[in-house]
Amino acid sequence: MLVLGTWEIGTTVDAAHKDGLFIDPFFYGRPSGIASQLWTWIQNGTAQGPLWLQIATTLEEAFLGFLIGVILGVVFGVALGRVRLLSDVFAPYIKAFNAMPRVVLGSIFIITIGYGIWSKVALAVVLVFFVVFFNAFQGVREVDRVLIANARILGASERQLSTHVILPSALSWILASLHTSFGFALVGAVVGEYLGAIHGIGLIIATAQATFNPNGVFAAMFILALVALTAEVALTSLEGRLIKWRPNGINTDGLI
Amino acid sequence: MAPAIELRHVTKRFLTPSGTAYTALRDLDLAVQDGEFCAVVGPTGCGKSTTLALISGLEPPSEGEVFVGGAPVRSVGRDVGYVFQVDAVFPWKSVLDNVATGPRFRGVERRAAEDLARDWIKRVGLSGFERYYPHQLSGGMRKRAALAQTLINEPRILLMDEPFSALDVQTRTLMENELLQLWSTTRASVVFVTHDLEEAIALADRVVVITAGPGTVKGVYRVDLPRPRNVAEIRFQPEFSRIYQEIWNDLRDEVLVSYERSKRSVS
Ligand SMILES: Nc1ncnc2c1ncn2[C@@H]1O[C@H](COP(=O)(O)OP(=O)(O)O)[C@@H](O)[C@H]1O
Ligand SMILES: [Mg+2]
Repeated sequence: MLVLGTWEIGTTVDAAHKDGLFIDPFFYGRPSGIASQLWTWIQNGTAQGPLWLQIATTLEEAFLGFLIGVILGVVFGVALGRVRLLSDVFAPYIKAFNAMPRVVLGSIFIITIGYGIWSKVALAVVLVFFVVFFNAFQGVREVDRVLIANARILGASERQLSTHVILPSALSWILASLHTSFGFALVGAVVGEYLGAIHGIGLIIATAQATFNPNGVFAAMFILALVALTAEVALTSLEGRLIKWRPNGINTDGLI
Repeated sequence: MAPAIELRHVTKRFLTPSGTAYTALRDLDLAVQDGEFCAVVGPTGCGKSTTLALISGLEPPSEGEVFVGGAPVRSVGRDVGYVFQVDAVFPWKSVLDNVATGPRFRGVERRAAEDLARDWIKRVGLSGFERYYPHQLSGGMRKRAALAQTLINEPRILLMDEPFSALDVQTRTLMENELLQLWSTTRASVVFVTHDLEEAIALADRVVVITAGPGTVKGVYRVDLPRPRNVAEIRFQPEFSRIYQEIWNDLRDEVLVSYERSKRSVS
């Protein structure tokens, strides 16, 4: 609030004096301008079409990228974590791939896949995959040896070992990575759109930037933040539902 | 008839992080008869847990052979139950699911496994806690769940690694009595590891003393106290103190050796 107030007043005072002492609204926009920009978009739509379509496009790309990235990350992470040979064979490639600055891939995807949503999905997948992969891999490696021994004694097959012990145990690691990785999926979608797209929040940012409209850039960022926040809340509740077996701090109803 | 469990000249070495071999057990001989309750005592680090891991088939011996039911152990056997030293119930399964795990792994259909589990939960005194998760239970209740989880498979060989050492004295005495009661109905062959000599004598038919690491058998003692026993009272019998004195003479030296070593490694 304080920041917003200072920002607004700073830009207002500056506009009144025109001597560049405070914050120049030409570069930094101003809260009231951002609000009216948002209002215009909601009422009249953006230059690329209605606002909801832009949000829906970005969300669709992010969700698809997130979903595919998570599935691939979990499958590869668990497989490589479980099977020594696989990890020996693939680990160097994954490390090399991971070391690559991945945002650059965005341009490649747009050239090879095109301006549609799939080039953005691909970028989001790549970003999400590595986060989830490393967490799943680590999660599998960190499984309590005693629990594995116990399951063996109780009669578990290799497959039952995976589903009853290793996956549930790695799940808390994987879920922790989902928070970060949905953020990455959004980044992938938006950066992809920024580089070239037909619809999407990233495209709005690119357009606003091209027309020197800082209010537009900030307004789009505001929408992004809202989307990310909503996803965060949804993921937290999903996590709470999936690992209800975990003690939640002081609030345990356990018996002493 | 072959003994239920037999270790012949067993040596177990581990590779330490520094790359050298550490001998945990050296030339250990041990035989447990069918239906016998055998307690193994020894100072910390003498290789008691390692011995159980060898019998269970979780670890192979470096030298020598391990037999269960007359056959050499090559992998984890179906007839073995193992109550681990640390908590080994699955934190993501409720008590009911935890106890039903063994039968489920062994192909019993869900409904039947759960009915069986309910029965065992009742036998270990956990009725009403079927839907609880391990973190919602006390340490003693978790041990009961672990016991039910193990016993539900009706193992012919029951391995227990200091199962009650983390419990308070009252809970412990209670559970020792319950264990004896449950065992009297199954008559499995038991190897019960403990560092508490009183507990060993109160429960077992035979007490085996292991030397400070590398572990090997220092002495074997018969405990001819009548059954059924009440663990809380048996300690006051003159025969109990006599056996205690006899074994303690052996055990004391080993505990001292182990204690001196740990003092040296700390300083
Ligand atoms: N997996 C292992 N790797 C290396 N050393 C081990 C391993 N397991 C046990 N040891 C060592 O073997 C010795 C005996 O261990 P353990 O059988 O757990 O003793 P106890 O149960 O009698 O306290 C200890 O010194 C321990 O450090
Ligand atoms: Mg031990």
